[in-house]
Amino acid sequence: MALTKAEIAEHLFEKAGINKTDAKDLVESFFEKVRTTLEEGEQVKLSGFGNFELREKQSRPGRNPKTGEDIPISARRVVTFRPGQKLKARVEVGTAQLIEKEK
Amino acid sequence: MNGQLLFYLGEKMTKSELIEALAEKYPNLPIKDVELGVKSIIDNMAETLAAGERIEIRGFGSFSLHYRAPRVGRNPKTGESVNLEAKYVPHFKPGKELRERVDFPQS
Repeated sequence: MALTKAEIAEHLFEKAGINKTDAKDLVESFFEKVRTTLEEGEQVKLSGFGNFELREKQSRPGRNPKTGEDIPISARRVVTFRPGQKLKARVEVGTAQLIEKEK
Repeated sequence: MNGQLLFYLGEKMTKSELIEALAEKYPNLPIKDVELGVKSIIDNMAETLAAGERIEIRGFGSFSLHYRAPRVGRNPKTGESVNLEAKYVPHFKPGKELRERVDFPQS
C-alpha cells in the first residue's frame, strides 16, 4: 500500500495533533506550494529529504515509433528529484532487511 | 543587471521559506502548527520510503525505490577496489499535472 495525501493528513492529525480539516488543507497546500514554486522556475530544497530541481532540455529530433514518421521533440523544462544524503542513508538502513531476504 | 534572469538561474526555496509561505496562507493556524506540520509531512514521507513503501500523490508524482545491484567500486583517491552492497535508492516520477505545469507553454 502506498502513502497518499489522505494518509499523510491522518498522520498529521494523530501525531502532530492538528485537527482534521487543517491537516487536510495543510497537506494539499504543501504539495501545491512546491508545484507553484517549480512552475515559476524556482527549485525547492527540503532538508532531510531532497531537492526538486529544474532542467531545460533542448529540442531534438524524434520519431513516431509506430509510423516511423520524423517528429521533432520540442524544447522542454522538466523537474528532477535528487534525494539528500540523509534520506538515502535512511532508506539504505531501513531496507537492509529487504535486501537480505532477496539474497 | 537582469533581476529576472538571476532569479531564474539560481533561486531555491528552502523548507523554512515554504513554512513561512504556508503560514501566510493560514493566518489562523499557529505558526508552530505549520512548522510542525511541514516537518511531519516530510518525515512521514521519508519514513515510508525507509520502510520500503511507495508514495503516490495525485497531480504531483510518485516516489518509489529503485534497486541497485551489488558492485565493485573504486576509491577514487587510492584506486583501491571496494565491495559495494546491493541497495535501494529513492526515485521520483513527476505526475502529469506537475509535468505540464513545469514545462514551457506548448504552442
